[in-house]
Amino acid sequence: MSPAPLLELDGLTTHYVSARGTRVVPAVEDVSLRLDAGETLGIVGESGSGKTTLALTILRLLPPAARIIRGAIRFQGEDLVPKSDAEMRRIRGKRIAMILQDPMASLNPLFSVGEQVAEPIRIHEGADRRSAWTRARDLLKAVKISAPDTRVREYPHQLSGGMRQRIVGAIAISCGPRLLIADEPTTSLDVTIQAQYLNLLRELQRTHGLALIFITHNLGIVAKMCDRIAVMYAGRLVESGPVTTIFDAPAHPYTRALLESIPRMDDGNRRLTAIDGQPPDLAAPPPGCSFHPRCPDVMDRCRAEAPPAFAVAREQTARCWLAAPATVRS
Amino acid sequence: MPGAQPNLLLEAQDLVKHFPVKRGVFSRTVGAVRAVDGISFSIDPGRTLGVVGESGCGKSTTAKLVLKLEEPTGGVIRFQGRSLGDLDGNGLGQYRRSVQAVFQDPYASLNPRMRVGDIIAEPLVTNERVSGAQTSARVATLLQLVGLPERSRNLFPHEFSGGQRQRIAIARALALEPKLVVLDEPVSALDVSIRAQILNLLRDLQSRLGLAYLFIAHDLAAVAHMSHTVAVMYLGKIVELGEARMVATRPRHPYTQALFSAALPSHPAEKREEILLPGEVPSPLNPPAGCRFHPRCPQAMARCATEEPKLRLVEGRFTACHLYDGPGAP
Repeated sequence: MSPAPLLELDGLTTHYVSARGTRVVPAVEDVSLRLDAGETLGIVGESGSGKTTLALTILRLLPPAARIIRGAIRFQGEDLVPKSDAEMRRIRGKRIAMILQDPMASLNPLFSVGEQVAEPIRIHEGADRRSAWTRARDLLKAVKISAPDTRVREYPHQLSGGMRQRIVGAIAISCGPRLLIADEPTTSLDVTIQAQYLNLLRELQRTHGLALIFITHNLGIVAKMCDRIAVMYAGRLVESGPVTTIFDAPAHPYTRALLESIPRMDDGNRRLTAIDGQPPDLAAPPPGCSFHPRCPDVMDRCRAEAPPAFAVAREQTARCWLAAPATVRS
Repeated sequence: MPGAQPNLLLEAQDLVKHFPVKRGVFSRTVGAVRAVDGISFSIDPGRTLGVVGESGCGKSTTAKLVLKLEEPTGGVIRFQGRSLGDLDGNGLGQYRRSVQAVFQDPYASLNPRMRVGDIIAEPLVTNERVSGAQTSARVATLLQLVGLPERSRNLFPHEFSGGQRQRIAIARALALEPKLVVLDEPVSALDVSIRAQILNLLRDLQSRLGLAYLFIAHDLAAVAHMSHTVAVMYLGKIVELGEARMVATRPRHPYTQALFSAALPSHPAEKREEILLPGEVPSPLNPPAGCRFHPRCPQAMARCATEEPKLRLVEGRFTACHLYDGPGAP
């Protein structure tokens, strides 16, 4: 492993706590993973798996009810957990950028494109209006918007959907971030528009050496875009590793079932593998391994004891007793 | 395509739906949204026709026309050989019972104040003279058919997960023993691990009950997996129509090729040559002349701008494209 990862999560645990502290929902539990500069990580999970809470934890944008209970978020060697809100504001948008769901809706209709692209530059770098405006125009050129000199003065409604996507991309890279987090960036988009957007993100990543985190439920996006994958289930990282390894040889039964449950273009009459039951309620997770009620390979041990993360192959880990080395298994 | 064929379940011929656009104090009609503009297709008993295309291509309008929620501006729909326009009140009632629908969002399509048993029984109560005991027995059969426990009938929709709600919606659609079920994005709102359950259920029901489906979805792989025949729509026209796997894996129309090339891969090693289309889908208010796809088509020729291509048999499927007119064609 290379010595200094760009981002390293270590035992990160985030709980939602009710006002009186009586109800605790463990949304993210003991998540550890690493991301090197320029790499792409896909965090995959279903609704309620904790993937969005994990992203919000990294960005320190959690709602008031959520607490980071333990763990560290080391970004470029610094732990983000103890940082104050003011310090975080200097990091977000500058060193870590984000793109939210529905990129088309995240532009302000009342401000011109130039003002919106220039805003982070003025805030984070204290640039004056004129130089920020020039930079905004250059950024539009960088994301391949034709006639940037006129577009920079226009308003979002005057632009097509594809151009708006590009502008959201331009805002994200405006301050030269090292990490870009995209939460379900393409769920609401049509197939060809989705492909355009993913290509834009990949282009930005290559030209600016960004690391990317995709938060998604779509394994196709992971297959297309990512170097590594982290699969979340009921708040825990159940499997992680290089994307080809996991697609070829998933070690966790949940990952395997997910991969087999997806229809393919050429699979004709193959019956899809359905995962019985439904994801657990995070407020009352089952004892032991939280996947055991739905697991086709469940053993007695799984019902009583939650498995730790075992190393399966190079850089691949799985939280499953089946992946345990022989010495632990007995 | 030939005229009325009695062995077909449903046949649409030159179906047109224009929505007038009105402006000003006197609601002058200033134009028309040509949502569906002369399409023909047929559905055999017990088979699935999948319709794919991007937002605004007219696939949902097609579904509405088949459900008789909209009246066509032109063309005919024949059901079991009889034109819907010729049906009297009785015949129409019969048609409406034979064609049912399942919609995308099972959170919006079930009345939250009704018990599940009443939701499923409602079509029976309003359409048929049945005794309470008969209704109750029928609800029990339907619940069993969609894999829900008998006690579900006394519960309310909020007590069910998304996948279970979709099962309830399917049970309701089946209450009147329809011959055709319109499935409009039936799994898009569901979690990944649940989708396979519902897709498998729909397939089982088809083989057990001999149902025909009109399956509409933007997930290309799901459509290819579920359908016998696939129709690809672009701006109110069918551009390609044929056997599902053939269309999905060996498309001939340049739009179908671009659409399927943009679909997400199912494995990271799957490298597709992506065909990137310039621009976006034009407005159906003022579609381009000639072939509607020509302004974005990578293989457009001079005649594409003036002459509209007709659907013709090309390599075992129907394609509307001048590329396949043959060398001697005018």
